[in-house]
Amino acid sequence: MTKNPKQIGSKQPSHPLDDLIRTDRIPHIWCPGCGIGTVFSSCLTAIKATEIPYNEFTMVSGIGCSARGAGYIKLDSFHTTHGRAIPFASGIKMAKPDLNVIVFSGDGDLFAIGGNHFIHAARRNMDITVICVNNLNYGMTGGQVAATTPSRAKTTTTPFGNPDSPFNLPLLAYASGASYVARWTILHVRDLTNAINEAIRKKGFSFIEVLAPCPINYGRRNKEKSLDTMKLYQEKTIIKNGADPGRADIDFERGVILGTFVDTDRSTCDDMYEVTCRQCSED
Amino acid sequence: MAFWRQPLDTQEIQITKGVVNIIEDRCKGCGYCIEFCPMHILAFSDHFNKKGYHPPQTTKPDECVNCHYCEIICPEFAIYSTEAPL
Amino acid sequence: MKSAVQTGSHYITGDVACAEGAIAAGCRFFGAYPITPATEIAEHMAERLPDVGGTFIQMEDEIAAIASILGASWTGTKTMTATSGPGFSLMMENLGLGVCTETPCVIVNVQRTGPSTGLPTQTGQGDMMQARWGSHGDYELIAIAPSSPQDCFYHTILAFNLSEKYRVPVLVMADEIVGHMSEKVIIPDAKEIQLIERPKPKGRKDRFKLYEPGPNGVAPMPAIGDGYNVHVTGLTHDERGYPAMTVEAQEEMMTRIKGKIRDNLDDIVHTEEYMMDDADIVIVSYGISVRTGLTAVDEARKLGYKAGLLRLITVWPFPEQMIHDIAARVKGLITVEINLGQVHYEVERCAKGQASTHLVGSAGGKIIHPDKVVSLIKEVFQP
Repeated sequence: MTKNPKQIGSKQPSHPLDDLIRTDRIPHIWCPGCGIGTVFSSCLTAIKATEIPYNEFTMVSGIGCSARGAGYIKLDSFHTTHGRAIPFASGIKMAKPDLNVIVFSGDGDLFAIGGNHFIHAARRNMDITVICVNNLNYGMTGGQVAATTPSRAKTTTTPFGNPDSPFNLPLLAYASGASYVARWTILHVRDLTNAINEAIRKKGFSFIEVLAPCPINYGRRNKEKSLDTMKLYQEKTIIKNGADPGRADIDFERGVILGTFVDTDRSTCDDMYEVTCRQCSED
Repeated sequence: MAFWRQPLDTQEIQITKGVVNIIEDRCKGCGYCIEFCPMHILAFSDHFNKKGYHPPQTTKPDECVNCHYCEIICPEFAIYSTEAPL
Repeated sequence: MKSAVQTGSHYITGDVACAEGAIAAGCRFFGAYPITPATEIAEHMAERLPDVGGTFIQMEDEIAAIASILGASWTGTKTMTATSGPGFSLMMENLGLGVCTETPCVIVNVQRTGPSTGLPTQTGQGDMMQARWGSHGDYELIAIAPSSPQDCFYHTILAFNLSEKYRVPVLVMADEIVGHMSEKVIIPDAKEIQLIERPKPKGRKDRFKLYEPGPNGVAPMPAIGDGYNVHVTGLTHDERGYPAMTVEAQEEMMTRIKGKIRDNLDDIVHTEEYMMDDADIVIVSYGISVRTGLTAVDEARKLGYKAGLLRLITVWPFPEQMIHDIAARVKGLITVEINLGQVHYEVERCAKGQASTHLVGSAGGKIIHPDKVVSLIKEVFQP
């Protein structure tokens, strides 16, 4: 395939992204007001906008609500084990470096059970794009505390409020060596789409954190309807490209920083393997 | 508003006109398109779709400017806008 | 590029022979994590793979190592990882993903003594039941046990061939002694090595179903980028590969992943016999313990016993019918293994009381002395 197929008129009204969706599996499992669908849709729009042939993409996900994304994209897609999307994706990338590998998963999957894989893939500068839908809790299992849940927030396993502190994900990604780090919310969907587009085209480890409401499991226990969460995204965020990731912790009272935190160039894992191992072994 | 300057090219700028398309049975009634439509031309309809939600409807169809925001904020692939035929 | 097949006579360890076998079999991706006594496989692969256009990557842990080889396998590449007990435990969840998604790959377990950290530098065969049942849920896979460095070479090729043919993870259950000892290993000419490649789909892409079985029960497998737009999931799935949360889908999927192994036992199960024609006392063994068994047979024969040896090359699936048939015509079956009873209980199950069953086992750490077997024979049987 050199060109992506054009959509031809059909009887049913056809959404502009229908050629990238497994329409026979729609409606998806995500709850009304859940933000994952918007992030997913944004990701598909970004894939389309790159104009790269679809068969040069693959999507890998772990386990959880967000991880179900891989099941709805009409590309080669992999729904793997909990936390292991990144090493699975790394295997694909290193075995076939021409592919654009996108990891689409949630905060619990990528940063609690899969945290170790995240930092190591960033350290290696594995040339993959990691999109993390951050809904501040474990949605699929019914709303338990996650590594991203704000202090004192209520979840089913922190009924008196979360005694722990959450990760600052952009800082973690930056410190681990990521080449591209950005954060957006689902309300800022145009910026998000542009960021995903940039991240796909970026050589190196790209990470995008997307804040998304979980109205059923997180919102309900913290007195936050999905539209309230969206209002927070509207009123309590500050867009500041190039901001210090050290100040990127999520504190809606002070204001949450959005934008591109890191955009640097560094040799990727596959390039370095080529230069360091393949060329030396020929001597 | 009274003090805003009138751009010099107001006369030449053409505002695109759009048509809102709704795939009703995909809608789960989150209301994002209604809340965030910059032209405020969407509202919940009275009828139910297959899944038991009230899908949106256009209250002022002529005022759509084809900005696609409803399309990109929708988590359900249930709404999109297209350019209105001239 | 150097040749993938290093034809000739070599004096190498089992670990190195295993790596050479993998490369000769066409393995071009290795996901590693160091662990005694399997590290030398990774070391050798790190040096050799770039030579042959392959890729070696040392991951952050064994979970990542196996996840990486599953991912790489879907690019159409033959992949392998190697580990020992503690790492093998970490791999269990993704081993199940490999079985469920029918992803070909080879996992070498150079066994040491457990449980836990155990005796890291000393031999054991205590992971045999973990190999069979270690991942959660019900499933079938293939496990092969080499007894020598030469076996390590051939059995790794056999493992790749079975893995590709049946789209299933294949385990090479070596052990510390086999992995670390050096012996003569003959590597034949490339054209003498028969390789099997995974079945590839043909026909219309829009009608393609990811898990529609072919004639031998195995579905053809496309690679990423072939344009089949596959969805691969560890959830219970239907023939299209789509998640299907029903009892019927579960039954259909299980029938397929168990059936493709159970229906092809004649092709999958490999055994070897020694002095079995007239034997009425049969030693059943695998891996390094086969060498204990061979000497014990010779010693017992000198004492007038009609002893023979059945060597399990394929331990899983278990040669149930064969053990059952042997039990019907002999006095006793003696299982020799470096654990306190694992495969022994399988032998007992299949013998169905037709012959007496005995275990010569050990807690691990060293090879079992043949005298232990001979004294059991003297104690229990009349010449």
